[in-house]
Amino acid sequence: MSVNLLILLAPLAGALTAGLLGRHIGRSAAIGATIVGMLISAALAIHVFFNVAVGDGPVIHEEVFSWIVSGKFAVHFGLLIDRMTAIMLIVVSGISTLIHIYSIGYMAEDPDEPRFFSYLSLFTFAMLALVTADNFLQLFFGWEGVGLASYLLIGFWYRKESACNAAIKAFLVNRVGDFGFALGIFTIFMIFGTLDYDQVFHMAGRKEFQSTVNFLFFGPVDTITLICLLLFIGAMGKSAQFLLHTWLPDAMEGPTPVSALIHAATMVTAGVFMVCRASPLFELSPTALGVVTIVGAVTALFAATVGLVQNDIKKVIAYSTCSQLGYMFFAAGVSAYAAAMFHLMTHAFFKALLFLSAGAVIHAMHHEQDMRRMGGLIKKIPMTYGVMMIGTLALTGFPFLAGFYSKDAILESAYAAHSAVGTFAWLMGMLAAVLTTFYSFRLVFMTFHGKPVDLHAYGHAHEAPWSMRGPLVLLAVGAVFAGVIGAPMIEAHWFKEAIVVAPGHEALEHAHHVPGWVKWLPFVAFLVGLTVAWLMYVRLPTLPGIMAETFRKTYRFLVNAWYFDRLYDWMFVNMAKKIGDGLWRTGDVTIIDGFGVNGAAATCARVAEWLRSIQSGYIYHYAFVMVIGVLVLVTVYT
Amino acid sequence: MLSLVTFLPLFGALVIAVGVHNRPALARWAALVVSGVTFLLSLLLLEGFDPGSHAFQFLEESPWLPGYGLYYRMGIDGISLPFVLLTTFLTPVCILSSWESVQKYVKEYMVAFLALETFVVGVFCALDFILFYILWEAMLIPMFLIIGVWGGPNRIYAAMKFFLYTLVGSVLMLVAVLAMGIKAGTFSIPALMDHPFSLVFQIWVFLGLFASFSVKVPMWPVHTWLPDAHVEAPTAGSVILAGILLKMGAYGFLRFSIPMLPDATRVFVPLIFGLSLVAIVYTALVALMQKDLKKLIAYSSVSHMGFVTIGLFTLNEQGVEGGILQMINHGIVAGALFLLVGVVYDRLHTREIARFGGLVHRMPVYALIFMVFTMASVGLPGTNGFVGEFLILLGAYLASKGVAVVATTGVVLGAAYMLWMYKRVVFGEIHDGVSTLLDVSKRELILFVPLLILVFWIGFYPKPFLEMFHVSVQHLLQQASVVKVGAMVVK
Repeated sequence: MSVNLLILLAPLAGALTAGLLGRHIGRSAAIGATIVGMLISAALAIHVFFNVAVGDGPVIHEEVFSWIVSGKFAVHFGLLIDRMTAIMLIVVSGISTLIHIYSIGYMAEDPDEPRFFSYLSLFTFAMLALVTADNFLQLFFGWEGVGLASYLLIGFWYRKESACNAAIKAFLVNRVGDFGFALGIFTIFMIFGTLDYDQVFHMAGRKEFQSTVNFLFFGPVDTITLICLLLFIGAMGKSAQFLLHTWLPDAMEGPTPVSALIHAATMVTAGVFMVCRASPLFELSPTALGVVTIVGAVTALFAATVGLVQNDIKKVIAYSTCSQLGYMFFAAGVSAYAAAMFHLMTHAFFKALLFLSAGAVIHAMHHEQDMRRMGGLIKKIPMTYGVMMIGTLALTGFPFLAGFYSKDAILESAYAAHSAVGTFAWLMGMLAAVLTTFYSFRLVFMTFHGKPVDLHAYGHAHEAPWSMRGPLVLLAVGAVFAGVIGAPMIEAHWFKEAIVVAPGHEALEHAHHVPGWVKWLPFVAFLVGLTVAWLMYVRLPTLPGIMAETFRKTYRFLVNAWYFDRLYDWMFVNMAKKIGDGLWRTGDVTIIDGFGVNGAAATCARVAEWLRSIQSGYIYHYAFVMVIGVLVLVTVYT
Repeated sequence: MLSLVTFLPLFGALVIAVGVHNRPALARWAALVVSGVTFLLSLLLLEGFDPGSHAFQFLEESPWLPGYGLYYRMGIDGISLPFVLLTTFLTPVCILSSWESVQKYVKEYMVAFLALETFVVGVFCALDFILFYILWEAMLIPMFLIIGVWGGPNRIYAAMKFFLYTLVGSVLMLVAVLAMGIKAGTFSIPALMDHPFSLVFQIWVFLGLFASFSVKVPMWPVHTWLPDAHVEAPTAGSVILAGILLKMGAYGFLRFSIPMLPDATRVFVPLIFGLSLVAIVYTALVALMQKDLKKLIAYSSVSHMGFVTIGLFTLNEQGVEGGILQMINHGIVAGALFLLVGVVYDRLHTREIARFGGLVHRMPVYALIFMVFTMASVGLPGTNGFVGEFLILLGAYLASKGVAVVATTGVVLGAAYMLWMYKRVVFGEIHDGVSTLLDVSKRELILFVPLLILVFWIGFYPKPFLEMFHVSVQHLLQQASVVKVGAMVVK
């Protein structure tokens, strides 16, 4: 047991204290316990970060205790902190601490505050267990643990039907992803006989493991490709990628600090982290990398198109998150893992900032989330406006803010990959960049500019308390400087052994040498997006309505997020219910019980009835039968 | 020692039956003390048990009707020990859970439960096939009474269905037992394990045993007695039914079918995988649509036992160990879920899901406990359900990828019906009629605490449990890999 373990255990202790004793020790003590836990965790995380990532300290790797042992199968809980984990520790512990503090103000009027803080800390514990794992099963422990916390927090306001449904949806869609993830783990064990990262990554490169395996009706499949694709299905669920993205917008039913922490900064990036962590495997499978790139690129554009037309302030940011995660994936897909991690880190700051600023807006507007009912708030909450603008500029890649460094690195890597999928991703990414700028400024303009719509709410709008503004300012600082400070991450071999890049896959290194126009194009995209947004929402505010009328079908298609929800509802939810009902009423009740069990019973009863009827008790009946019997016997034997 | 653990409850039952008149409180306390002492004694078994050996331990043998080859033989190995402990552990829990809910014929109820305990523990300890059969059948009587006397409105139908279903299977098992005994000249279980049988004979005997064990598990399509039995049984009856009786069928596979009939076992593996997969998916979908809380959990039991039978017949370490662990887990989790239903049934006298809603407002502690067991049921890592389910699926994947893939969909469906049920019962606005409910009482809390501890203990540190049967499982797998038919030819 080392003191480093406290990084995880302190939040867990806080969660248990607030959750189990919350009602006995009172509100402030419960919240205090979680915040103390978070502060301990964050302080230690910073300490470790300076040792491992800033300094040149050795990788921390300890075995904590033996978990499951069954024959050859042996898995333990471990603690692995290399540079990749160190970055995640800072992001998770740091942002979680800020969000705990922010929540003091945001949740002040909620009677269930201790429960809220308990869940937040529980989430942090699970997320930290995920990033410090040294084997795939512990990763899976954290993976499902954050899923539980997410489920609990989305459904935090359990009186609301919609919140409960969103929570279940999040859990189930993630389970579909985990279905693939679990199969991936089984395959890893089948091939390598272990789940430890060290051993698996070490063996994967060897010739004898580069074989094929028969998988269902697919016939022989390359082993490593199979493993990577199965793991990636899990990542698609957790990181809300195209086809498994439907839960993320609904997850906005949770309180806004939750959206910021779980559904923007940390949990949803777990998939990206996993792919980067497993880079020694993905590097061996060009097919898997291609799939990752395409799925990421499609998600980046798809989510951005839907974000264009959303009116709920949180939904815009949710789709934006989905889109940005797509960027991270296609970065990993072109082997620019360092750029993916870099964008993960900068995104955590500016997206948490955007969500929390949106939270401050919602707070100011008394729980109004529809941007059509806002407007002109710049005069009422100028500070919120300021930080939100910083977040927006950081997201849209305004020069020298965080996103400028990381997003450009991704786009340039995709271009420099010089492969068909790389170029495809680059194109999608460029288009998405224009859309990103458009919807981000649309949000700002609709919310802060123009004239107030709801005069009553506008009249009462006020700046948030300091507990909320403090974290906003700190995150804004992060959103400005995370890019400059983090830029060394994408230099050669900063991650050391944590990331493996196969020879010929050095897209990130080539990214420095792309032509000038490729470097400038994202800025052009920014200008285009900004101009269009300004035209439509400041200069000619009637234009959006006219356009929605003119291109009615396209508009409906986008507003309904390409009709995925309706399709899935019909295809899975209703089908499952219908089939379940059919199996029950027809299968169990009619066939098995009707014909089988009760049928057999009824037959028995009929036979018994007949047998009873011949035992009439009348002597002459018996005598008659006897006579007949004697006659038959005599006839037969003579 | 083994006989003491086995027959102490029956002795207690006799004493209560004869000695206690018109004093229900005394009957309750006496039953609790007897079952409690039995549990403590069974812990001594654990203490004295050597997990490093696969041999049967605590052996007892004495002639019974030697003229007919009948002996009283008892003994346990690493496979039977966990089930003995599960039984002795759950019985006091059941008795405590019936403290207030059972008010008529209290004495007779307690007598029935203690008698049941003796028969069930006996089933797990018997090393003579005839003794096993007698106890197996004897157990039906108290269970029949528990459902038929203390059950719900439709109890007679349910009790008859339970009884007849089981009996039909048992008759075929009796034929199989006699055939084996006569062929081998002994009913001793260890001797039968080593006796070679021809393949055709093995197949017929396997089918005979299968008829009985598959009903008990229950496997699809002979599962329809279970939902009815659960719905009508009193809470404690459901707990014992789900917690222990269902395990007897799977135990039968482990003790008889696999080691005694290894060649037939290998023949039937595809059939069992097939039926189990149908059970997992089919009953999960059916569970989704249930309107009665108990029926939903009953169907989920069938689905979970489908995982268990897959695990046992993977015939590899991970699968079999996962299967055994999952039986224990299911005993804990399904038992707890039925107790949880009992808690609200005692208050509202309904089990209809639509009548609940918003329980969390009045019963926050209850909601928390319910959440933990729901998560254990859906196999969230950190709970016991995960460890068992994961090992089973891993074993299944090693045995057959297709089986594992289909079975894993059950994990998604399991989450669907459990979470949807939880939402409708616990979350939402306060439902009329729920507004005056009291949270769990101290007595109820005492019931849940040990079960909660086990959920997390096995979830985070399953080692002591897995080690208990590890060596025995290895031995079993060795037996399963023997080609008995070949041995015949050599002779």
